[in-house]
Amino acid sequence: MSSATIVRVALGAYLLIFFSYLLGPLVVMSLTAFNSAAFPSVSPWACFSFEWFRVLYDDKHIREGIYYSIIIGVGTVILSVSMGLAASIVLTQIWPRLRSTYYTLIIAPILIPGVVLGISTLVFWDRVGKFLGATDGSFLHDLFHNGIFLTILGQSAFIASYAMLVFVARLQRFDPGLTEAALDLGASHTQAFRKILLPFMRPAIASASVLAFLASFENYNTTTFTIIDYKTLTTVLAQKVRLGINPSISSLAFIIIVLTIFAALAFEASQRNRQRKEAIKQGKQKSGSKGFLPSFMRGNPAAILFVLLACVVIVMISVANSYSAKECKVRVREARQIEIQQRIDALKKARAAKELANPGQSQAPATGDKPANAPSGAFGNVFDPNNLTDETQEKETPGGSGAFGNVFDPTNLNNDE
Amino acid sequence: MSSGVAVDLENLWIRFGDFVAVRDANVAINGGDFFSFLGPSGCGKTTILRSVSGFLEPSEGTVRIGGRDMAGIGPNKRPTALIFQNLALFPLMKVWENISFSMEVAGVSAGERRKRADELLDMIALEGQGDKMPSELSGGQKQRVAIARALCANPDVLLLDEPLSALDLKLRQHMRTELREIQQRVGITFIYITHDQGEALTMSDNVAVMKGGVIDQIDTGHDIYDHPATPFVASFVGETNVFRGKISRIDGNQALISTNRSGDLLARITPTQVGKMSVGDDAMMFIRPEALQLGEADASAKTTISAGTVNEEFEGNSFSVFLEGDGGKSIKMSVPNVGQDNISVRGKDLSLHYDANNAIMMPAGELASD
Repeated sequence: MSSATIVRVALGAYLLIFFSYLLGPLVVMSLTAFNSAAFPSVSPWACFSFEWFRVLYDDKHIREGIYYSIIIGVGTVILSVSMGLAASIVLTQIWPRLRSTYYTLIIAPILIPGVVLGISTLVFWDRVGKFLGATDGSFLHDLFHNGIFLTILGQSAFIASYAMLVFVARLQRFDPGLTEAALDLGASHTQAFRKILLPFMRPAIASASVLAFLASFENYNTTTFTIIDYKTLTTVLAQKVRLGINPSISSLAFIIIVLTIFAALAFEASQRNRQRKEAIKQGKQKSGSKGFLPSFMRGNPAAILFVLLACVVIVMISVANSYSAKECKVRVREARQIEIQQRIDALKKARAAKELANPGQSQAPATGDKPANAPSGAFGNVFDPNNLTDETQEKETPGGSGAFGNVFDPTNLNNDE
Repeated sequence: MSSGVAVDLENLWIRFGDFVAVRDANVAINGGDFFSFLGPSGCGKTTILRSVSGFLEPSEGTVRIGGRDMAGIGPNKRPTALIFQNLALFPLMKVWENISFSMEVAGVSAGERRKRADELLDMIALEGQGDKMPSELSGGQKQRVAIARALCANPDVLLLDEPLSALDLKLRQHMRTELREIQQRVGITFIYITHDQGEALTMSDNVAVMKGGVIDQIDTGHDIYDHPATPFVASFVGETNVFRGKISRIDGNQALISTNRSGDLLARITPTQVGKMSVGDDAMMFIRPEALQLGEADASAKTTISAGTVNEEFEGNSFSVFLEGDGGKSIKMSVPNVGQDNISVRGKDLSLHYDANNAIMMPAGELASD
């Protein structure tokens, strides 16, 4: 085997391990969503079932959690994107000498633990309320103790820094000469910002918004302090895990995974479609009227995958509506009962056989005073099912009274007859 | 051409901290002139332009446009339009939107803007290209779009910051002519910044030569070339040969310089220095390569240089012959390529002579590219 082949095989193995490490848990979790067993598991496989999706849909807490998560997510996007944009513009305008200090200051919230941000948000706005003289029941007091308000502020405190990093990267490619050109042509500063800088920043604003929404949606450690009497998806899930989970959470995970894949494929497909149109426009590529695929899917694997996945999901939903796991469940329950019965029978049989072979076994400690004989099984038969029944007899026998049938009794070594 | 608006700079100083970028500049630009600031990079010419366009407030002195003091008036309120070195076309707007941007911010309707943009596209010979994006245009086309965009704002003064420096040689020469034509057609004042003396000399009515924040000379291109005021101007504009030495005799507007290697040489004193130089002063004498001719003058004229040939170069329209000169520098002489098949003079000793009126004498000073 040449060294190149070895390298290739090793690389393949590495990639396999890497991706199973990354995606394995997601696959297993998705599978548990379709198992009818009440605890999320893949084996033993009970029945293929969609019931956990129904359970999820019927769960009022999760529905409310998602609703508030979305509201908070939208609020956080608006607040953190505008703060991040402002911060990044200031970074380009500030005196060069102050720039690195300013940058450190503005990036610090990312380094502060979310827990600290959560608690400090809570405390700070309470103090602000007190300082402004907000009394119990007044509007300001209610606002500063409102879970949604505080969570949006608390999350934006650090998500704005993430957004700023996205904007700074884009702004570095902005030619400040463009703003000057706009001013020179008679634009006011507002017009120059709105007509020149903002359109340039649009892609960055879009990606920062997605980033901010996702960061807000999945945030737990800040939210758990600031949410007070509201709930978000993450806090609901955390409560559920504490009280015992069922596969409806897996089904939620499955839905989120599918939505993510959909969004990624849609983005990729539209991107490729645009590149292709550009190429056709510049005459580098023929529009290619041949082929049975519709034009937006031609030479665009992402679009094809997207359509395939959409078909799979549609089939799944229609199957879920007609399919019932009832029959299977009955079968499984019967099989289970039979199995349990068999196990009980086997146990009974084993005990009967044992008693037949050694009829005086349970009385042995009482008749003989040789303790070395008495504990015949491991641990001196303390786990023998008969132990509890003949309590009285055992009390009289010094040999079998202690744990492990007194094998560790110091006198044991003396009676070696 | 008196239709345009005049620009006056008076005692203009511009400082950045301790650094003086422009030192006491006094320039009067006539209305309708094509005026160039010429100088090496870092000489402060762009700084002057930015103070005219309003991006920079002068530390001292005044900028007047059409007689009006511009202090405190922002770039968007001044009757100027600037063409940037990198053109600064708006990459996300179509060509016609770029051109009519100044109308858009003034609130003009889209239909009118489109009409005006199409007129300007006709003027710059880009008919029907209005719906393209700037990235789809070639360098020369972008250049013309930038000019059209600036003209669309109906400025009184058009400022151009080395707009041709990014183009290749052929296109640059073509655009020179085109710029000059546009300027004559619209009749407004052009202020042009360049480090390329060819651009300045071919296009301008008047040229200001700058060095280290100081304006050395303001004159027509012709006068700058023929009658440089300082050693810097003489050596920066065009090619020239320098001879250093001490003045040994002054005779009216002519002076004799004694050099180490080439003996005594006679030259005319530059107009501004007549009567100011005296025997024994350190002086410099400049002769253009094209002013040197093969052959000897009579001995009394003191206009003959004898030297060994070091190298020669064929340049198409002329030969350049390099001879041993003073202080390790060679003397360059230009021989027109007319009727000579092969004049290889490599390794020979040559005698050159010149007309004393074509050689200029002035006090020693700083040269360009020293």
